[in-house]
Amino acid sequence: MCGIVGLHLRNPELYPRLGELLAGMLTAMEARGADSAGIAVYGDPQWSPPGQSTISLIDVGESPEQVTEALGARLDTEITVIARDVTYLVSAPTTPEALLAAAKAVYPDALVGGFGTDVAVLKGVGTPTSLVENWGLVGASGWQGVGHTRMATESAVTPSGAHPYAVGPDQCLVHNGSFANHAGIRRDLRAAGVEFDSENDTEVGARFVAHELAAGSDVEQALTDLTTTFDGFYTLLVSNSDSFAVVRDAIACKPAVIAETADWVAMASEFRALAHLPGIDDARIWEPEPEVVYAWSREAVPA
Amino acid sequence: MSDAPTTFDLSTVSLRDVNGALHADGIDGQFVITNPQGAHNVAVGVNSPVEIIVHGHVGYYAAGMNQKAEITVNGNAGQGLAENMMSGVVHVTGDASQSAGATGRGGLLVIDGNAAARCGISLKGLDIVVGGSVGHMSAFMAQKGRIVIRGDAGDALGDSIYEARLYVRGEVKSLGADCIEKPMEAEHLEELAGLLKAAGYDDDPATYRRYGSARNLYHFQAHNSY
Repeated sequence: MCGIVGLHLRNPELYPRLGELLAGMLTAMEARGADSAGIAVYGDPQWSPPGQSTISLIDVGESPEQVTEALGARLDTEITVIARDVTYLVSAPTTPEALLAAAKAVYPDALVGGFGTDVAVLKGVGTPTSLVENWGLVGASGWQGVGHTRMATESAVTPSGAHPYAVGPDQCLVHNGSFANHAGIRRDLRAAGVEFDSENDTEVGARFVAHELAAGSDVEQALTDLTTTFDGFYTLLVSNSDSFAVVRDAIACKPAVIAETADWVAMASEFRALAHLPGIDDARIWEPEPEVVYAWSREAVPA
Repeated sequence: MSDAPTTFDLSTVSLRDVNGALHADGIDGQFVITNPQGAHNVAVGVNSPVEIIVHGHVGYYAAGMNQKAEITVNGNAGQGLAENMMSGVVHVTGDASQSAGATGRGGLLVIDGNAAARCGISLKGLDIVVGGSVGHMSAFMAQKGRIVIRGDAGDALGDSIYEARLYVRGEVKSLGADCIEKPMEAEHLEELAGLLKAAGYDDDPATYRRYGSARNLYHFQAHNSY
């Protein structure tokens, strides 16, 4: 089954409430998936400090102090580590690529949950309610957040099987459904030099989108190409620092609801997850059409 | 109705208690449900001639299996709206998600907004009137009953349809296997006028087209054997 949620805030007055609103959305989708969950928060000043790069490391196997010391020595700079449940949010005044390379060199066995300059990705095993508590999500702020509640069907219940899949800088993908032809696409991407962390079908979708974006496509084009390349059932929510997009497969059996007001755009598997959002009674609410890419960007929002 | 309606606030009363009260023997009168907040299974399995008004959006299977009751949802409905309803009236003022009226046996389902994919799938006698458009695969394998679509229909309308009758005012993106356009005779204009009137619309029936089964799939064809 699985549940997905996303909130793209337009009104900066709501930024301090991002974590609280996202927590309500995620826990409302617990009935769709209660074995594991994950979130991506864009713009929290503690979790992804401005002017620095942040990487999410999961199951590192060392204490935060050891990570601070080891990565600090490797990069020769000041490192901060925030530990939340099994996720370490590691920030440093360097590029995302340099931080990623250092983390992979020092901790080759740790899972990289996500990386970039704006995003903090947290994943874990357990109910969404307990994870929201362990993460301290209610206290988080920012301009955008996405989340996923998982009911595992095709790979193990582990943090690496939990969504979001955040495989490009500040990019994130959450998925409700399953891809049928991911093995062949993974093979093609590997042949093109793309590396994979898992055998999970959703990771293939995330790597495909990241590969297209790196080659110069915009989000709409990348998702349109995804609909013609992938076979299977999916509702996808794809985000990066400045965009938020939704697409469903042609069969459209996986649910999705979009709501939009002047203050925010929100998407969820079910309306239940949107019912608590401020101004929902006056929102425009609709079900996205199959194979239509819906995308919003921060630039398009009037100041 | 002289008695004041019984009101249930779903933010304070459990859905199980509300549905339990609606299943009690011998009830009549009017019931109002507030703050559904997208809950699933609101007012399912009612089997009494009551009037139920829901203020707000509901989740999956709202008014499912309804018998005798007249249920109005002032809002949107999730998937499986009025699934397998037997009789009575279900009216949604907003949109409905996929599989609205699936397998419905009887009564009238009115959706003022749009219905998503698979509206009226495997219909078995229910009448459905949709104020807006319907999504793909609507009326798939529909056996009996009527579907009126005031807007457009998505891909594969009426695929593998049996004897249900489809009336569409707008565009049909494509017809499914064995579904064809059929002539509008006086009998059909009269039938459609009655359905529109029952749903509260006054469109000219002559602006609609009728679709139904070509009946080519009813019999085994030797060239389909292996």
